Amino acid sequence: MLMLEKRPSPSRFWNWATPVLAVVLTMLAGGLMFALLGKSPTEAIRTIFWDPLFGEFAWYFRGQLLVKAGPLILIAVGLSLGFRAGIWNIGAEGQYIMGAIFGAAAGLALYPADSRLIFPLMVVAGAFGGWLWAMIPAILRTRFRTNEILVSLLLVYVAQSILASMALGALRNPDGGGFPGSRNLSQWASSANPELIAGTGMHWGVVAAMAAVIAAHVLLQRHILGFHIRLAGQAPRAARFAGVSPGRLVLLCMGISGGLAGLAGMFEVTGPAGQIQIDFASGYGFTAIIVAFLGRLNPVGILLAGLLMALTYVGGDNAATNLGLPAASIQAFQGMLLFFLLALDLLSNYRIRLTRKEAA
Amino acid sequence: MDLLGGINPAVLVASLMMASVPIIFAAIGELVVEKSGVLNLGVEGMMIIGAICGFAVAVETGSPVLGFVGGALGGATLSLIFALLTQFLMANQVATGLALTLFGLGLSSLIGQGYVGVKPPPVDRLDLGPLSDLPVLGTILFHHDLMVYLSIAAVVAVWAVMHHTRAGLVLRAVGENHDAAHALGYHVIRIRVLAILFGGAMAGLGGAYLSLIRVPQWTDGITSGAGWIALAIVVFAGWRPGRVLLGAYLFGGITVLQLNLQAAGARIPVQYLSMSPYLITILVLVIMSADRRRIASAPASLGRTFHASR
Repeated sequence: MLMLEKRPSPSRFWNWATPVLAVVLTMLAGGLMFALLGKSPTEAIRTIFWDPLFGEFAWYFRGQLLVKAGPLILIAVGLSLGFRAGIWNIGAEGQYIMGAIFGAAAGLALYPADSRLIFPLMVVAGAFGGWLWAMIPAILRTRFRTNEILVSLLLVYVAQSILASMALGALRNPDGGGFPGSRNLSQWASSANPELIAGTGMHWGVVAAMAAVIAAHVLLQRHILGFHIRLAGQAPRAARFAGVSPGRLVLLCMGISGGLAGLAGMFEVTGPAGQIQIDFASGYGFTAIIVAFLGRLNPVGILLAGLLMALTYVGGDNAATNLGLPAASIQAFQGMLLFFLLALDLLSNYRIRLTRKEAA
Repeated sequence: MDLLGGINPAVLVASLMMASVPIIFAAIGELVVEKSGVLNLGVEGMMIIGAICGFAVAVETGSPVLGFVGGALGGATLSLIFALLTQFLMANQVATGLALTLFGLGLSSLIGQGYVGVKPPPVDRLDLGPLSDLPVLGTILFHHDLMVYLSIAAVVAVWAVMHHTRAGLVLRAVGENHDAAHALGYHVIRIRVLAILFGGAMAGLGGAYLSLIRVPQWTDGITSGAGWIALAIVVFAGWRPGRVLLGAYLFGGITVLQLNLQAAGARIPVQYLSMSPYLITILVLVIMSADRRRIASAPASLGRTFHASR
């Protein structure tokens, strides 16, 4: 008979082996899903995972890879800190939107001035917008013990309404002939977030993502605050005895993740997206949750997971144009990946023992 | 009635009853799940899968009744994944619930591709003869489709089972203290799996109501947060079935009122009206959770994984 025995501490080997195994299993299950949709599974998998990197048009797709990975990594690094401490900010999508709106508004207020200080100002405003939006669930949690999961998520819908009203109202391009959408920020030199090295897709948001990975790694490994975050997640009672204030940790983790999500939104609106538009929100805030888990809530792991998830986006686009595969199938694919990952976590937390049934 | 800009109050009440049906179904299902000690945050995902499954079945068979059955089955099937992951593979319930929502949103728009712009078979309102013709009361109470009455019946049934039967007592025992329930010989995992399946079926039913009657059409992301509002209502209700009905009608009322104000051309911009149900949900959550007694009424084992060492 199969018996599960809890390990005293999670297995290090399985901790790193499960994401790889989960990816392999997702490919198999995804292949099955594509077969059910009447597409050749091998061709679909090749189109999604191989062609963007080594195929005929790889020169284009490789650049897109960093464009997609940047915001995912930036948001996921922030989320992972909270997730480690048992603080569930799942409204990063809303913070991402608010960051973009604040950043764009700060820049547009100064249009058409020409100054090198405008872009840094917009960066600060973007981070502030995301931080502010994340402070709502954080303060409600610390003050009134309101569940931060529900509040942060519900605020995504509010942020989407604000986005629509901004695109149609306050931030609409006055020279746009009445069409919705703001001025194009990527075409105005003072606010543009251009590709830094041609053909790589590298923009300031990607630089910020790399910096966030390094900073989070140092924080978690070398700083007392990182230790407190890990302690609060693994042993909340012990953390309290060690003098960790749970309220302060909530404010900090929510604040950092909100600020980073706001930054991601700001870099997106000034670069790849270009303008505040009704359909600006693209679900990065939700996909980043998967990235955080896939990367085992570890900054370096998140870097790799973000690149892989970006590959599914880019490959998914490729499959949509070449194979007529629906864009939504990639979302289902990503959800499946998270399922396998959570299921396989069993292997790192428990030992499977074969035992003979004892006589009663 | 100038305040409401020419909106007929009787029609308003009648339509708020309709608007609340999806949330009532989803919330009463989630209440049973949470009473058994399981926190399933995947309500939104199960609802939207129910919405598309119900829609697809109804369109293919031409029967709305089979559509609702299909919606319930779809929701239950998705919740089976949650049950497998959290009860047998002991995965984190919060993370698994989120995964369920993300997966459900993706899968639903995948299935729904061929159904955009299709009209579902119409659902007749019950004709209750002279009752339906009563002034005001007839409009409010006796002019609905069957599902409106079924949603109220579901709340009453859950209340009766939960508080007046042995099965309800066992379910609550499992949710309050799973170790003690296990020691008494109850099958904790089996009871929880059944509760999760019930929750999934109810969420699916609520979703099917959205796509078949309330909208009635298939669009991507049709639930637009109804699942999350249902989760909030369970907290609002303090895990008591009667209050679920109250909460759902309150939110249904706000939704209908803001839609009517939009239609009546109120001077408030549309976007601010459409965010109001979410803002009010947050406000109510804050008020409820500031009250210590109410939070203390949460099932004690809520969200904790059960693993019998023996």
